[in-house]
Amino acid sequence: MSVAWSEVMRVSGEHVLLVAAAVMIAVAVGAPLAIALTRRPAWRRWTLATVNVVQTIPSLALFGVLLPIPLVGGIGKRTAIIVLALYALLPIMRNIVVGILGVDAGVRDSALAMGMTRRQILLHVEIPLALPMILTGLRIAIVTTIGTATIAAAIGGGGLGTFIFRGIATADISTVLAGAFPAALMAIAADEVLEWLERRFTP
Amino acid sequence: MSAFLQFDHVSYRVGGRDILSDVSFELAEHETLVLLGRSGSGKTTLLRMANRLVAPTSGTIRFDGRDVADFDPIRLRRRIGYVIQDGGLFPHRTAAQNVAIVPELERWPAQKVRDRVAELLAAVGLGEATFASRYPRQLSGGEKQRVGIARALAADPPLMLLDEPFASLDPVTRYDMQLHFRDLRDRFGKAALFVTHDLREALLLGSRIALLHDGALDTIGTPGEFLAARTSEARRFLRTLDPEVPA
Repeated sequence: MSVAWSEVMRVSGEHVLLVAAAVMIAVAVGAPLAIALTRRPAWRRWTLATVNVVQTIPSLALFGVLLPIPLVGGIGKRTAIIVLALYALLPIMRNIVVGILGVDAGVRDSALAMGMTRRQILLHVEIPLALPMILTGLRIAIVTTIGTATIAAAIGGGGLGTFIFRGIATADISTVLAGAFPAALMAIAADEVLEWLERRFTP
Repeated sequence: MSAFLQFDHVSYRVGGRDILSDVSFELAEHETLVLLGRSGSGKTTLLRMANRLVAPTSGTIRFDGRDVADFDPIRLRRRIGYVIQDGGLFPHRTAAQNVAIVPELERWPAQKVRDRVAELLAAVGLGEATFASRYPRQLSGGEKQRVGIARALAADPPLMLLDEPFASLDPVTRYDMQLHFRDLRDRFGKAALFVTHDLREALLLGSRIALLHDGALDTIGTPGEFLAARTSEARRFLRTLDPEVPA
C-alpha cells in the first residue's frame, strides 16, 4: 500500500472532525429553526423548500460557489464545514418537523387541556414522541455527510477525500481505496450505532 | 342553587360561518349537564370553551363566578378534568405515569402523588399491581378510558369535561363504563359537562340535557322533560329510541 497506516489514521480523524463539526452546526441551527417551524405553518413551506433546493445543488458546485465569498468561503476546512452543514440541514430539519407534527392530535390536545405549557408540551410530549423520527434524520445526515465530506478535499478541506483525489490523479487504486474504504466503514458503523439508538428510544 | 359554570349568550363565528349562536345555560355544582347533538352541532366547541381551548367570538363563560378569560389558562385547565374519545393518553407514559401528570405539574410531593395514583387506579377498577406499569398500547379500549378518567380526577378538580369519552367502545363495555362513570362522579362529587350524540347515554348520565342544533340551543331540561320535548330536532333524537315518535 502506498499510504502509511499512521497517515490513514490521522486523515480518518480529520474526516471524523469535519463530519462532527458540520453535523453539530446543522443541529444547532436546524433544531431550533425546525421547532419554530412546527408552530408557524406559513413559514414552513418556503423554508423547507429553500433547504430542499440547497440539497439538490451538486456538492462540488456548492463548494465552487462558496469559494469566492468572503468570510464563509475560501480554501480550507471552514468552507468545507459550512457546505457539509448546509447538506445536513435538510434531513435534520425535515425529520424534526415531520416527527413533531406527527404526534397524535388527541395527545397534544390532552396535554394542552391538562394545563401543560407550550414548553412542557415540547419537552415532555412532542420531542419524546418524535425522537425515533428525529434520530432517523440525524442518522441520514451523518451517513450522507461522511460520504459528501470526501469531496471537501477538492477545496483543501482535508479528510479521506485527500487520498481519493490523490489516487485518481496518480491512477493508483490502492491510494483511492485508502480513502474510500475507511469512509465506507465509517458510514456503516455510524448507521448501525444510530439505528440501535433509534430502536432504543422508540416508545 | 348557585351557577358554578355559566355560559352567557355565547356565540362563535369562524370563517364567516356561525358555529354557535347565542347559547346560554348554567351548570350547578355536582350536576352533570349533557350536551347532546349531531356531528357539527357545535357541542365540542362549546365544551372546549369552558377550559379556554377555544375563545368565544362574543358572550361570557364564567367558572366559579369569574370570567374564564380572566383566568390564567394554565391554572384554569389544571382545575378542570378533561377526557376525550380515545383517552388522549400519553403513549410513552405508563398508566400510573399518565394519572400522575397533573399532580406532578402541580408539584405535589412524590409520596402524595403515589398515594393518589394508587387510590384512583383502584377507584376505576384497575388493580395497581397489574395495570400501573402498563403502557397505553397494552390496554384495551375500556381500560384506556378508565385510565383517562382516573387521570382527569387526579388533581381533584371540581369540574370534568368529557368529549364523547365512550364513543369508540363496544356497546357492552360502553354501558359498563357509563355506569362506572356515574358512580365515580357521585362518589367524588364532581360536576361534569358531557358531550355525546347518543340519547340513551344522555338520559342515563345527565341530570339535565341540552340539545344543540346547528349551533343553537334547541331544548334544555331534565331527562323527564326531554322525553316530553316536541321540537323537531328533539323528536329526531327520540325516534332513535322509539321509532313510533311522530315526526
